[in-house]
Amino acid sequence: MADVTVNQNAARGLSLPRVNSRAVVMALYLLFLLLPIYWLLNMSLKTNTEILNEFTLVPRDLTFANYATILTDPAWYMGYVNSLIYVTMNTVISLSVALPAAYAFSRYHFMGDKHLFFWLLTNRMAPPAVFALPFFQLYSSVGLFDTHIAVALAHCLFNVPLAVWILEGFMRGVPKEIDETAYIDGYSFGGFFVKIFTPLISSGIGVAAFFCFMFSWVELLLSRTLTTVDAKPIAAIMTRTQGASGIDWGVLAAAGVLTIVPGALVIWFVRNYIAKGFALGRV
Amino acid sequence: MEKTVNHRAWFLVLPVLLLVAFSAVIPLMTVVNYSFQDTFGNNEFFWAGLEWFQQMLNSERMWNALGRQLMFSGIILAIEIPLGIFVALNMPKSGFWSSFCLVLMSLPLLIPWNVVGTIWQIFGRIDIGLLGYTLDMIGIDYNYTQNALAAWVTIIVMDVWHWTSLVALLAFAGLKSIPDAFYQAAKIDQASRWKVFRYIELPKMMGVLMIAILLRFMDSFMIYTEPFVVTGGGPGNTTTLLSIDLVKMALGQFDLGPAAAFSLMYFLVILLISWVFYTVMTNLDKREG
Repeated sequence: MADVTVNQNAARGLSLPRVNSRAVVMALYLLFLLLPIYWLLNMSLKTNTEILNEFTLVPRDLTFANYATILTDPAWYMGYVNSLIYVTMNTVISLSVALPAAYAFSRYHFMGDKHLFFWLLTNRMAPPAVFALPFFQLYSSVGLFDTHIAVALAHCLFNVPLAVWILEGFMRGVPKEIDETAYIDGYSFGGFFVKIFTPLISSGIGVAAFFCFMFSWVELLLSRTLTTVDAKPIAAIMTRTQGASGIDWGVLAAAGVLTIVPGALVIWFVRNYIAKGFALGRV
Repeated sequence: MEKTVNHRAWFLVLPVLLLVAFSAVIPLMTVVNYSFQDTFGNNEFFWAGLEWFQQMLNSERMWNALGRQLMFSGIILAIEIPLGIFVALNMPKSGFWSSFCLVLMSLPLLIPWNVVGTIWQIFGRIDIGLLGYTLDMIGIDYNYTQNALAAWVTIIVMDVWHWTSLVALLAFAGLKSIPDAFYQAAKIDQASRWKVFRYIELPKMMGVLMIAILLRFMDSFMIYTEPFVVTGGGPGNTTTLLSIDLVKMALGQFDLGPAAAFSLMYFLVILLISWVFYTVMTNLDKREG
C-alpha cells in the first residue's frame, strides 16, 4: 500500500506536473516579453481616432496608413537610410581593423599585449554620456559634424573592442598547426589570411558583424549628439516627434515596429551566439 | 594554445590602436583639460586646479544622482539575476522548442534602446496603454508622469523586460555545458532538486553568472536612453540617473568644468569595475584552459 502511494507520488512528481510547470513558466515569461511588443504592433495598425477614443485589443479598422506615411515622407524614411549608412560604415571599419588585431592577440605574445587588451575593454565600458560633449567638439572642429562618418567613427569607441574580443574568441578555437602548415606550403601572410584563415572563422566574422551592426543600430545618445539634419538617425527623429504638441501615436508606433525589423530578420541565424556576443565572446 | 613571442604583431594591432586613440583618447584628453580649467567665455581658459572636483564632491546633486543610480542598479540586479537563472532552468534543453525560446527571448535585446523606451511609454499610459489602462481599471493609482513610485516601477519593469533574457541566455549556456553524468550521479545519490541546483548547477554556472552580473551592473550604471525616453528624468528629479544628469549638465547647461570633473569621476568608477571584470574573466579563462 505504502509502496503504491510512493510510486504514484514519484510518477506524479517526475513526469506530468514537471513538464507542465516548465512549459507554464516559459509561456508566462514569453508572454511578458511579447505583450509590450504586440501592443506596439497593434497600435501601429490603428488609426489615431481609434487609438485615442476606444480601447481595443485588436485593431477594428485595420490600416496601413501609418506605414505609408513613413515610407513616403522623406523626413521619416531618410532617418532609416541615414541609420543604415552609418551602421554599415561602422561595421566595415570595425571589422577591417579588428581582424588583424584579433589575430595578433590570439596567436602572439608581444610587448604590452595584456594591457592593450584591457585598455580596449575599458572603451567598451565607457559611458557614452562622458563622450557626448568631447565628441561633439572634436567632430565639429575637424568639420565632420552632421556626417555619417562621424557617427560611424564615434561608434567605433565600443564596437572595435567588441569585434576584437569576439573574433579573438573564435580565432583561439582554430589550431595553430593550420597556420604553420600554410606557411610551409608557401603561402604569404596575406594569402594565408584571406584564402585559408578567413573561411575558417567565417561564422565568427558573421557574429561579430551582427553585433557591430546591432550595437550601432540601437545606440541613440552619440548619434543624436553628432547629427542635426543631413545624417539624423531614425532614433533621433522618433524622440523629437514626441516633443511636439500633438503626438501622432500611430506613426510613432509604426516607426518603432520598423526599427525592430532588421534584428528580427537575422535573429534565427545568430540564435546560438547571442549570449556569446553580448558577453564579448567569453561564453 | 601556446603563443609565441613576436613583437612584430604590433603592426597588426596598429590600426585598432590609431582608431581607438582618435575616438577615445583625444576626447578623453579634452575632458581632462576642461576639468582643470575655467572660462568666462570667448574661448579664454585659465587654470582652476581641483576647484571643479571639490565643487562636484560637495554637490548634493551629484550625490543624489549617484544614490539613485546605485539604487536602480541594485534593484535590477536583485530581480534580473534570480529571474534569469529561474528562466534558464525552465528552458527546453534542445530541439525546436529550445530554438523557439531562444529566438523569442532574444527579441527585446535587439530592439533599439529608444524604441524600448517608446514601447514602455506607450504601454504604461493610462489612456492608451494596455498596462496603464488595466491597472487604472483595477483601481490602482498608476501614473508614471506624476507619481515617483510609478515612474520607478515603470523603468525597473522595463529594464527587467529588456535585459533578463541576457542573464537567462548566459545561464542557459552555462547549464548546457554540464555533462549528463553529473545528473545521473545525483539521481543515484537521490539528491533533491534543490541539492542538484545548489551543488551541481550553481557552481557550474558561476563563471557565466559573474559575467552576467558584471555586464548588467555596468550597462545599468551607464543607462541613458530608455529612462530618458520614458520619464525624461522626472517627475521632478526622481528618475534622473547619472548619465541623464551628466548630459543635462554638459549639453543642456554647458557647464563644461563641473561636467568634465563629473565625467572623470564617473569614468574612474567604471574603470575600477572593468578592472574587476577583466581580472575575474582572465582567471576563469585560466581555470578552463
